[in-house]
Amino acid sequence: MKVVVDMNKCQDHGQCVFAAPDVFSLDDAGHLVHVSDPDDALRDEVEEAADVCPLQAIRIEG
Amino acid sequence: MSPRIVVAGASMAGLRAAEQVRAAGWTGAITLVGDEPHMPYNRPPLSKEVLAGRAPFESLAFRPRASVADVEWRLGRKAVAARLDRRTVRLDDGSVLSYDGLVVATGMRPRRLRCAGPAAGRHTVRTLDDAQGLRAALTRPGARVVVVGAGFIGCEVAATAVGLGVAEVTVVDPLPLPMAGPLGELLGRSLRRRHEQRGVRFVLGAGVAGFAGDDRVTGVVLDDGSVLPADVVVESVGSVANTEWLDGNGLDLRDGVLTDPLLRVGGRPEVVAVGDVARFPNARYDGVPRRVEHWSIPTDSAKHAAKGLVGHLHGDEPELPPFAPLPTFWSDQHDFRLQSFGAPLLGKGDVRVLDGDPDGDVLVGYHRDGLLVGVVALGGQAVAAAAARYRAELLRQPALTV
Repeated sequence: MKVVVDMNKCQDHGQCVFAAPDVFSLDDAGHLVHVSDPDDALRDEVEEAADVCPLQAIRIEG
Repeated sequence: MSPRIVVAGASMAGLRAAEQVRAAGWTGAITLVGDEPHMPYNRPPLSKEVLAGRAPFESLAFRPRASVADVEWRLGRKAVAARLDRRTVRLDDGSVLSYDGLVVATGMRPRRLRCAGPAAGRHTVRTLDDAQGLRAALTRPGARVVVVGAGFIGCEVAATAVGLGVAEVTVVDPLPLPMAGPLGELLGRSLRRRHEQRGVRFVLGAGVAGFAGDDRVTGVVLDDGSVLPADVVVESVGSVANTEWLDGNGLDLRDGVLTDPLLRVGGRPEVVAVGDVARFPNARYDGVPRRVEHWSIPTDSAKHAAKGLVGHLHGDEPELPPFAPLPTFWSDQHDFRLQSFGAPLLGKGDVRVLDGDPDGDVLVGYHRDGLLVGVVALGGQAVAAAAARYRAELLRQPALTV
């Protein structure tokens, strides 16, 4: 599974961090960082993260 | 006939409901009925990026999951009646859909001011078409804008108008402070100051008596008889639940659709309500049924309702916990953000500054019976992130009882 975040859309709400803390996190400056090729076992939480992104900036490929 | 779930409402709540009944194992047919011509799209940008001209429709449209690629969309159609005892829904083209399961996701429409005066020049912001029409009006040179209602939408629109270069932007509200209803006085005062510093004018403690003008609005008449000149009026005075189509089924429709703790309607396990039309008790708080118009609710409620609905339709009544979402909302205005976790409304009587200062970045806690029930950050990204750190504490709190 590939996770793509449109950083032009992302406004660092951090909702994805609550949904999928193994994949998304905020750095010390409060900006989003993510794992781009997480294990498929994490699919449910990544889908949840994509759902709760206020900017709908998260896309799952494959 | 193959089994079918009908989803009345094709906005975010309807889409999430369709996706979640699939995720819960429903392989039968799904029909979504929506009165807008558009596929489901994200509404928060309407009062901000769309008004500002920075977001085309493609950037707002949700990307439906692959699991719902086969659903039937009836767009530009609305449900006008239902017979829950016969499991049918009638649409405005006269067609009748029979269902095995029904999802009520018809949402809200803007409340309108019922006062005398012309209709032209008066706007609301609920749909894409609304926002595009308002943008065209705001970008006419020399437009004078009066926003009626100092809630979140009104204040977002005022901020966006100032950002577009509109010279005269006035917000009118009968309450003494903006957004004080949900947030209390401390943040209300701070928000008023921030807006005024950025060019928004407030006329507070004033009601609207009517609109001046013949064919088009030329001003807003206040209840003391004074007139605020205006070419563009935005009415942001709350919303009304779209439930008329459910009349005649013995349901409690006083403010949205009353549900039980599993989001079921009228004691019927095959009918659920999701999104901001659902008036549900939140087991996390006092159990009083309330509608919650937060962006997070359609997704949360769809997920919960779908499990119960599909379980029932498959003949196994699952033991589900009551719906107990942690409310979350945000609002972007000018260069600052409000970020809320929990239920500040329930703790407005005991408001404490947790960090920072109301003139800068500030983090505010709302308490009930000494317990933290809500946290709101106002300011930049760092303080919004700080609010998020209280989320875990809010999730751990015992249920409130009254």
